[in-house]
Amino acid sequence: MEDIEHIPKEIQLVDANGRRLDGRALDELRPIKIEAGVLKRADGSAYMEWGGNRVLAAVYGPREAHPRHLQNPSRALVQCRYNMAPFSVSDRKRPGPDRRSVEISKVTSEAFSAVVFTEYFPRTSVDVFIEVLQADAGTRCAGITAASVALADAGIPMRDLVVACASGKIAGQVALDLNKEEDNFGDADCPVAIVPRTGEIVLLQMDGHLTEDEFDRAMRLSMDAGKRLYEMQKDALRRRYAVSALDQEALGAGVTA
Amino acid sequence: MSNEVISELMREHIVKLVASGKRGDGRGLEEVRSLTIEKNYIQTAEGSARVRLGNTDVLVGVKISTGEPYADTPNSGVLTTSCELVPMASPTFESGPPSPTAIELARVVDRGIRETKTVDMAKLVITPGEKVWVLFIDIHALDYDGNLFDAASYGTLAALSSAKMPGAKIGGADQPLPVDHWPVSITAAKIRDKIVFDPQLDEEKIADARLTVATDENGDIRAMQKGLSGSFSYDDVRYVISTARRLGNGIRGIIQA
Amino acid sequence: MDRSERQRQVVIPGDLIETHGLKPGEGTYVDGGKVYAAQLGIRSEQGGFVDVIPLGGRYIPRAGDEVIGQVEDMGPSHWLIDINAPYPAPLHATESPWRVEFGETSQYLAIGDAVVVKVLQVDETKRVQVTMRDRGLHRLTGGQIVEVSPSKVPRVIGKGGSMITTIKNYTKCQAFVGQNGRIWLDGAMEDLVHASRAIRMIEEHAQALGLTETVKAYLEGAYGHTGA
Repeated sequence: MEDIEHIPKEIQLVDANGRRLDGRALDELRPIKIEAGVLKRADGSAYMEWGGNRVLAAVYGPREAHPRHLQNPSRALVQCRYNMAPFSVSDRKRPGPDRRSVEISKVTSEAFSAVVFTEYFPRTSVDVFIEVLQADAGTRCAGITAASVALADAGIPMRDLVVACASGKIAGQVALDLNKEEDNFGDADCPVAIVPRTGEIVLLQMDGHLTEDEFDRAMRLSMDAGKRLYEMQKDALRRRYAVSALDQEALGAGVTA
Repeated sequence: MSNEVISELMREHIVKLVASGKRGDGRGLEEVRSLTIEKNYIQTAEGSARVRLGNTDVLVGVKISTGEPYADTPNSGVLTTSCELVPMASPTFESGPPSPTAIELARVVDRGIRETKTVDMAKLVITPGEKVWVLFIDIHALDYDGNLFDAASYGTLAALSSAKMPGAKIGGADQPLPVDHWPVSITAAKIRDKIVFDPQLDEEKIADARLTVATDENGDIRAMQKGLSGSFSYDDVRYVISTARRLGNGIRGIIQA
Repeated sequence: MDRSERQRQVVIPGDLIETHGLKPGEGTYVDGGKVYAAQLGIRSEQGGFVDVIPLGGRYIPRAGDEVIGQVEDMGPSHWLIDINAPYPAPLHATESPWRVEFGETSQYLAIGDAVVVKVLQVDETKRVQVTMRDRGLHRLTGGQIVEVSPSKVPRVIGKGGSMITTIKNYTKCQAFVGQNGRIWLDGAMEDLVHASRAIRMIEEHAQALGLTETVKAYLEGAYGHTGA
């Protein structure tokens, strides 16, 4: 799937000091940036940089569900479309949904359906769009984490935000937040999405090979990281609506007509 | 945010406004919105640019790899241009195969590069008949507030002019993609008997006719495309050409920066 | 944190809301005996309730709201009005100010017409009905419509109508602020430009302190006097 022609077969994902290829420790997240309210047309939006990932999320809704036959008479649908831009990966991807995107769209829709108060808006749809502009493994987690912010930005009533993070196994050791090389050459990857306040798991996927103990350790790493992600999401939303002194100055400066 | 069909009241208002030489956002009839271009926006692409023209936001990625030439053009590189009007950019964009609008946009941008020899396909040959450079231009609309034609074409030119041919594919160093010309497109919309440049979304919604003209660094005409079901007089066309030349010069400076 | 600081606190969905003995109101939900925010908004106390006033989001119709709508479709005995809500709002011929014969709806309102209507009722399944029969409800002609996020409507109106009145006094424009975020303005072209700019300013800086003075300063600068 990914372009691996430049990576030698004998690659040391973790060195003797527990340092990874990019210098991180086994329990370290890649650098993350989140910004809320970045698009004008959409009802809510968010942009996220997570390591080498760049993801844009937008929400429209609640709006009339189309086609009509999909409408649910007693609740809103939550329909998520995950899409990768053709230039987001090393080997150009043909535009349009492939089977992987369709699957990710489905599990993401299901994750958000667990927190959105869908019963407030019968017969409508809350449409969530995730565009991966640049990919470096962990795009579905970045997408979900950004889309949560976009949902809140759009004023959609929800029980809580949702955070998502993946942990896995590289060179026989459990590690947090695998990047592309680690995902390709590692032994397991396990993305999980959590409702922070209650700890409910609303998305869980795993591929590779983990013992039960390794799985527990991987989940703990992801859940701890989830707390940090939650703070970043809330900070992005507060910054968007903060009344700051700076705002006052800018306001004063702009109005000498 | 709201209704996509403009009310009669607003249609009449914009017509009156334009007739008095003004526009909804305070611009003059010949004024282009603020334009910012960020080159090298995406690291997984060999060339890229994010363009903001007013609130219209478009990301263009250029992917360059090697491959076989087409059988009927053995001494020519391969260029393909695609456009995705992803649903996040507007409530009127639906997911699915490219709409006629997306296809027209991609083809107009493609001709603007190919027929103008902005990138000379003959220079993209590695081994005649066997190996050539293959270029994919992918236009990804993110936020639609009118005039995707121009935003997409500025993004394409900026992405191409900052693109690097990946030397590793032919066992050498990266080379800049050779760009020989700088055609800049300017789009005009006719509203009753007035002509406005760089139409914003509401203006596009009520325009009778649309004309895009691309002029190059020598002031020569390199591409034209008329759209919508109304008409232009010959004098209108000459006026659009001369204004496009003047406005194009200003924009060329921003793209080349 | 004192009451005034608590008042302007931005809360995120899932945040715990201290009720201080008040009852949970709009924009909140209860779980395990505790109250949480259900929407991104500002914590507010009113009438014995603690609410979360949303900072964004689409217009959610409420009975009694006067809104600006647009005719988007019609049938032989009704028109369908888009009121910028997740639901289209039917306006039955019997709720119009005219005597409309069956099949003659197109003689009174056309698709694309802008109208001021009142939300009659919203039932449990969120079916909305509007009326155009009361005083002050009518078809709109002339002028322009400016749209803001519905959450900004209270700022556009101002305390006791002070903000919109200030704008009307300076610009001499007629104005009607719909609860659904659509605002109708009418006046001379120059005055419309200033009025809509003032409204844009309110929308963009709705959270800022001293907004009223800033808008006044803009209008004073535009008109060169201190207004009525």
